Amino acid sequence: MRNTSHKNSRIRSYFAHHMRVSLASLGRLYAQPVATAMTAAVIAIALALPVGLYIALENVSQISSGWDGSTQISLFLDSRVSKAEAQKLQQRLEKHKDIRKIELIDKEQGLTQFKEVSGFGDALKHLDENPLPIVLVVQPETGVNQPDITGRLVRELGKNKQVELAQLDVQWVKRLYTFLEIAHRSIWVISSMLAIAVLLVIGNTIRLDIQNRREEIEVAKLIGASDAFIRRPFLYTGLWYGIIGGALAWIITLISLFMMKQPIHKLALLYHSDFRLIGLGTDNTLLLILISCSLGLIGSWIAVSRHLKDIEPS
Amino acid sequence: MIHFDNICKRYPGGHEALSQINLRLEKGQMAFLTGHSGAGKSTLLKLIAMIERPTRGQIFLDGVNLNNISNNKIPYIRRNIGIIFQNHHLLYDRPVFDNVAMPLIIQGYRRQEIHKRVRAALNQVGLLSKEKAAPITLSGGEQQRVGIARAIVHKPLLLLADEPTGNLDPDLSREIMQLFSRFNQVGTTVLIASHDLDLIEQIGSPMISLQDGKIIDNGLPFSVGNQQAMAEKNA
Repeated sequence: MRNTSHKNSRIRSYFAHHMRVSLASLGRLYAQPVATAMTAAVIAIALALPVGLYIALENVSQISSGWDGSTQISLFLDSRVSKAEAQKLQQRLEKHKDIRKIELIDKEQGLTQFKEVSGFGDALKHLDENPLPIVLVVQPETGVNQPDITGRLVRELGKNKQVELAQLDVQWVKRLYTFLEIAHRSIWVISSMLAIAVLLVIGNTIRLDIQNRREEIEVAKLIGASDAFIRRPFLYTGLWYGIIGGALAWIITLISLFMMKQPIHKLALLYHSDFRLIGLGTDNTLLLILISCSLGLIGSWIAVSRHLKDIEPS
Repeated sequence: MIHFDNICKRYPGGHEALSQINLRLEKGQMAFLTGHSGAGKSTLLKLIAMIERPTRGQIFLDGVNLNNISNNKIPYIRRNIGIIFQNHHLLYDRPVFDNVAMPLIIQGYRRQEIHKRVRAALNQVGLLSKEKAAPITLSGGEQQRVGIARAIVHKPLLLLADEPTGNLDPDLSREIMQLFSRFNQVGTTVLIASHDLDLIEQIGSPMISLQDGKIIDNGLPFSVGNQQAMAEKNA
């Protein structure tokens, strides 16, 4: 009975000690607000950059996700083909078993759309005649929405004399996805490099801290402090840098998102889109804080294991 | 308590600080270690506190062979020892109380216990009224006494002091030495390195004289280890 209560009090005192050490570490950071703020800001910026890129990528992916299934074939007709001929061609092709529907976009419609979407409308006024061809937008049967069958259809339609260019619109979607894939990889690369930068910043800060407290470490070792005891305040300092840096990165991201929201909404309206900007979300916020805490701990651990050994009483 | 068995300590570069030291200090004894600077007094104390490791030979502390202690177990050996330095090694960024409390915090004592013991230790060195003072505001003698309070606060089995009166005037020095005698009287083993022969004679504890890393005079009561040392000396 007495033994258990003793053990309990031992555990309580251990936790109380951790509490005290962590608060003392925080107190040390608070005592040097400018230095702490600068270090935390460096960490925050290094973390906010990949987070920002990630959010941008998520949003682009969101826009493009709807385009996957809707394969279209655009037939750009020879510019000499008249509208009547084009309509005849449209009627003829609509009987094709693999084609569900064809939409005809004549020169004028094309020009209006181009003006709306591209913003180059004024430039077109200076041209003598409308340079745009008539376009037939072919919707294949849903059942044939498979690369090889659609591919055959494109080749078949392309052989038609009146068709100058048959283009499978899925191609640029594929290209976009490849670009997104590359962007995704790039973010990983950039994030890894910035994570290393954060480790170095925290490691270096802790190294200076260790140097400044050299005498205290020597005395502690002389009176029987274990390595864990001596490590502890520095690890907590690293952890605090991680927490503060992560929180700052989160705030930077929020502010940036807030600043982007208005113009992006405007842009979405111009495209008649109800696109909404995706934020960081709770999961990702927690992940951000978790990562920054881990980086803080690992960075300080590296510094501590490298430099505490050098300090021995003499 | 302390047993040196044929200890040699050679520093990198070839300087032999201690050679063939045989020594036995029994539990509860108090002894002085004397000799000119460079005779090996500090090295001998450092070997006991495991700040240095011997080149050859074995040291037993309270029956434990220190050669068998790995580096990560050194802290637990040091917790049985109170070490006092000439320049007292106080931390000036915190008050007297916190300085003295350090060994107890390291060993995970509870807050109430820490308060009780720190007050008791400060009381023993006569500085209870200064617990909140910054060490820098204290005189040299007072700072040394804070250092002593820190060395005894966790009730170590062994007290090691390296020139504890080096910077102090004779009156203060005597006071400090009397303090050590008092700790010895309650059972603590005490080993003090000092070159202040007059003061040592006043205290009257046995004296071990070192010269060029060898024991030239062992004033300790006869025991097996010491007899050996004497025999070697006479041979």
